Amino acid sequence: MSHAAAPPRARPVRPLRILLHLFLALVALGWLLPPALAVYASLRPYEETARLGYLSPPEHLTLGYYAEAWTQAELPRYYLNTLIVVLPAVAVTLLLASFTAFAIARLRVPGRRTLLIVFTAGNLLPPQVLITPLYTLYTLVPLPAWLSDSQSLYDSYLGLILVHVAFQFGFCVFVLANFMRTIPEEINEAALMDGAGVWRRYWRLTLPLCRPALAALATLQFTWMYNDFLWALVLMSSGDKLPVTSALNNLRGQFFTDYNLLAAGSMLVALPTLVVFQLLHKQFVAGLTLGSAKG
Amino acid sequence: MGVKTRRYSARDVTVLVAGLGVAVAVNVSLIWGPTLASIVLSGTGWNGIGPIEWVGLDNYHDLAAEYPPFWSAVRNNVLWLAFLGLVATPFGLFCAVLLDRRLRWSRVYQSALYTPVVLSLAVVGFIAQLVYSSDYGVLNAVTGLSVDWLGDSSVNIWVVMVAAGWRHVGYVMIIYLAGLKAVDPALKEAAAIDGANERQAFFGVVFPTLRPVNVIVLVITVIEALRAFDVVYAVNKGRNGLELLSVLVTENIVGEASRIGFGSAIAVVLLVLSMGFIVAYLSQLFREER
Repeated sequence: MSHAAAPPRARPVRPLRILLHLFLALVALGWLLPPALAVYASLRPYEETARLGYLSPPEHLTLGYYAEAWTQAELPRYYLNTLIVVLPAVAVTLLLASFTAFAIARLRVPGRRTLLIVFTAGNLLPPQVLITPLYTLYTLVPLPAWLSDSQSLYDSYLGLILVHVAFQFGFCVFVLANFMRTIPEEINEAALMDGAGVWRRYWRLTLPLCRPALAALATLQFTWMYNDFLWALVLMSSGDKLPVTSALNNLRGQFFTDYNLLAAGSMLVALPTLVVFQLLHKQFVAGLTLGSAKG
Repeated sequence: MGVKTRRYSARDVTVLVAGLGVAVAVNVSLIWGPTLASIVLSGTGWNGIGPIEWVGLDNYHDLAAEYPPFWSAVRNNVLWLAFLGLVATPFGLFCAVLLDRRLRWSRVYQSALYTPVVLSLAVVGFIAQLVYSSDYGVLNAVTGLSVDWLGDSSVNIWVVMVAAGWRHVGYVMIIYLAGLKAVDPALKEAAAIDGANERQAFFGVVFPTLRPVNVIVLVITVIEALRAFDVVYAVNKGRNGLELLSVLVTENIVGEASRIGFGSAIAVVLLVLSMGFIVAYLSQLFREER
């Protein structure tokens, strides 16, 4: 009976399919059009779009704005600032979170459930809930000059790294603890028989098995930390130490802003995340859905 | 438990205490400590320097009675939540349902919907300016209108919410798509054999099994609505119709007047709102885990 009914369902009515594609194509277009518009604007001289508007056929196309954004906004330096913050922050977050997740998921640490709840809840708070005291705290904590030329945690790379680690830590612990629970326990038991210590069990036995989850989280965290705007806005003050997302404002003139130049700058800022997303699409999606797979 | 812990050597205990100690220390000093400090500071009139004086609930009174931006911010945050929850999230679910079938180009459609999610909200805010600007914006050029979409305080919150929703849809779509893929296909087939059409099968059979995913999406939606900040800040620093609670908190520290106590009171309002949802979410999450 079900065999007889299967073929017509597998090949549904054509017009409906076409309608479906039409709808989805329309939606996809609506989603791609705004960024495409920014790209288009970035390729045209200001004088031309000022005269004809943004929705006009091009008379001149030029990559000049990209060169200008690259040099005038000193983007290379800001990319470097972002990397100085994001790379250590991702690494430390994953290291700390994976060890914590290991302890919570694999060892009978007393209070592990409470710990997991507290860590997860901390990740869900809006940053503004804690930003005022955090700002005050940062101005009060002194740092040696070789660590921070502001001589305090405020306006230092270290401070920014720390806040990223603290804020993303909860999510990573949650995802990794769930992931580790799906690894068969026998592997750990076998190692126990050999008398492996906690560190060995974590570093040599558990971590290598978590590679897919770690790759997914690294991709996701890189994107999130790269895109951060708020922490740098509040916890940094020196213009030359800002990450690249905040550097966009350098392209706004005091009296006049060339939006085509700003469009080129925006695209340059967006480029790394778009590349990461295209290359690591699978990891990216896995990172998001790992967090929600269990729940 | 005492028997089990005896398995650990002194070195093991040191490693554990050091590792977990760092984790707890970072979490307490940078997340929960400051959160509690917000509550305490909200009862003071501190301006960041000088002595801290206790003012009780004065900040809250001023907030409600003498600070008009507060109520616009509350209104905007509620609107934001309603828009994400009633428009963007259902649309994301709808797209996920449409994409959850053998379909040519499915990957292309997904990538398109998902592109805004990887863009920084600062960039989204800028793209919104290209589309909405009154004199050179595309929207006015296409429609022939001359509305100041971002400057007019009666419409700007709506168009900014569209930009934020534009980003939210892709996020929700991906999560629902993963949830739908995990639904047992036999369930849908059984419903189809029973003569249910696709809509009946979805609402009667598939949607109820998505309950855990629904909870997660609900929380993401609420948290996103309460966290909303970057887009409005990129557009006009959250003024003139675009006030949000998060912006008001930030304004009170990065602005000229550093009103730590007053800003903390706004933060506490935000905390109370989010804690309600966080507690509900976590109790659901950890109850099912048992």
